[in-house]
Amino acid sequence: MILQMLSYPFMQRALVAGALISLCCALLGVSLVLKRYSMIGDGLSHVSFGALAIAVALGFTPLYFSIPVVILAAFLLLRMASRPHWNNDAAIAVLSASSLAIGILVISLTTGMTTDVDNYMFGSVLAMTEFDVFLSVVLSIAVLILFVLFYHKLFAITFDESFSRATGLRVDIYNSLLAILTALTIVLGMRMMGAMLISSLIIFPALTAMRLFRSFRGVVICAGVSAVVCFAAGLTASFLLSTPVGASVVVADLTVFLAACCIQTLRKR
Amino acid sequence: MSEQNHELLVCRDASVGYEGQAVLEHLNLKICAGDYLCIVGDNGSGKSTLLKGLLGLLSPLSGEIWRAPDLRQGALGYLPQQTQAQRDFPATVYEVVLSGYLNQKGFRFFYTRRQKTGALMNMGKLGVLELKDRCYRELSGGQQQRVLLARALCAASRMLILDEPVTGLDPAAAQDLYKTLAYLNQTEGMAIVMVTHDLDAALQSARTVLHIGRTGWFFGTRGEYLASPQGKRFRKEGL
Repeated sequence: MILQMLSYPFMQRALVAGALISLCCALLGVSLVLKRYSMIGDGLSHVSFGALAIAVALGFTPLYFSIPVVILAAFLLLRMASRPHWNNDAAIAVLSASSLAIGILVISLTTGMTTDVDNYMFGSVLAMTEFDVFLSVVLSIAVLILFVLFYHKLFAITFDESFSRATGLRVDIYNSLLAILTALTIVLGMRMMGAMLISSLIIFPALTAMRLFRSFRGVVICAGVSAVVCFAAGLTASFLLSTPVGASVVVADLTVFLAACCIQTLRKR
Repeated sequence: MSEQNHELLVCRDASVGYEGQAVLEHLNLKICAGDYLCIVGDNGSGKSTLLKGLLGLLSPLSGEIWRAPDLRQGALGYLPQQTQAQRDFPATVYEVVLSGYLNQKGFRFFYTRRQKTGALMNMGKLGVLELKDRCYRELSGGQQQRVLLARALCAASRMLILDEPVTGLDPAAAQDLYKTLAYLNQTEGMAIVMVTHDLDAALQSARTVLHIGRTGWFFGTRGEYLASPQGKRFRKEGL
């Protein structure tokens, strides 16, 4: 059955691209969750939805158009997060609802509310063209390399921004790096996972890993592994039961998270 | 000793504040190698704003905050107030302490062997070596503060800046911390700048005192401060 699944080229593409994107999401997610920026991922995916809708309406290649727009939005959100007197929650909610609304309006005025919208919202394995997969692989590898190189610096700014700033680390540069990497990953993953569900790829693995491990390195590695495993499991389940991929992956993530919670409580006793 | 007069940080007629609004004006202040300065004052008097200025995170509105060249190359350690996010952060003590080295000059992606041994030495100095592989969030408040101090030592070779380090510590742990600071000051010649509410303890160990009031400031040695009107009033109110 699994072999049969892997004999379809579109499933191979989905597996390769999806696993890499899940890995990126999980690694960046650890930092985002610990910095209390979980909702930024959610906000960005909605912006990405709006950008995608506009790109399709205007006839641009979706990825070329959405990537810069989402990176811009990521900068905006991080800038706002660093202002002490700003209601960050509300800002993200406003931005994500507005982009969603604009996206829906654009779609209904042009192509109409078709299955396309459904695909954008909840994702589809078929959405990935060969070129998309190629781009996803290249960018994911870039994200991974940057993450490994800047791992210690990302740890420092995640753990204690004011110390890092005071001792002369260029905190703003690394925050921007984090924003760009997050934006890239979300745009890439959104087509398959769907705008509504992509943020779970960022949040779940980090939460799961934080319940099981005590060191930052342990958490990062565990998050990466659990993300890839959950993606593979979700994709397989979606093939066998013909359910949407995004939702299946999220349910797999949820199952692992609940198992981690159980293990944590058992350990405590 | 010439080392004693080596100036690390000098404020000359400096005013600090936000968006053109000065919180603290015309400050003159000198911190030399091996000094122990306590900054005391009412809430909202501009202590933390001044600290930002000393750290170089905020440029003065007027006047000058001069930093010695060797201080600029990352010879400065900082112990900030703890944030909520840190209290449940999954990281080992070793990981936290090592991150103090990230500011060192030279663009490098990974830690060197020397930095790793340095981190272990600083942990030993502060008595947290046996906690090396423990999780930061499972430590007591006093232990966490020691770990952060070890990290600050990795970053610093000449000067430590501490922002209310004893907040939330029980009296015994606070005493311990003061002893450690006195040790670092006396045997390692580390200059210490500390913002604190704990006046008695501050006056025990401080060599110089900066008092920031709502109307003005006073800077002098401990003896001068105790004799000054600000010092007398502040002591009486007891804060």
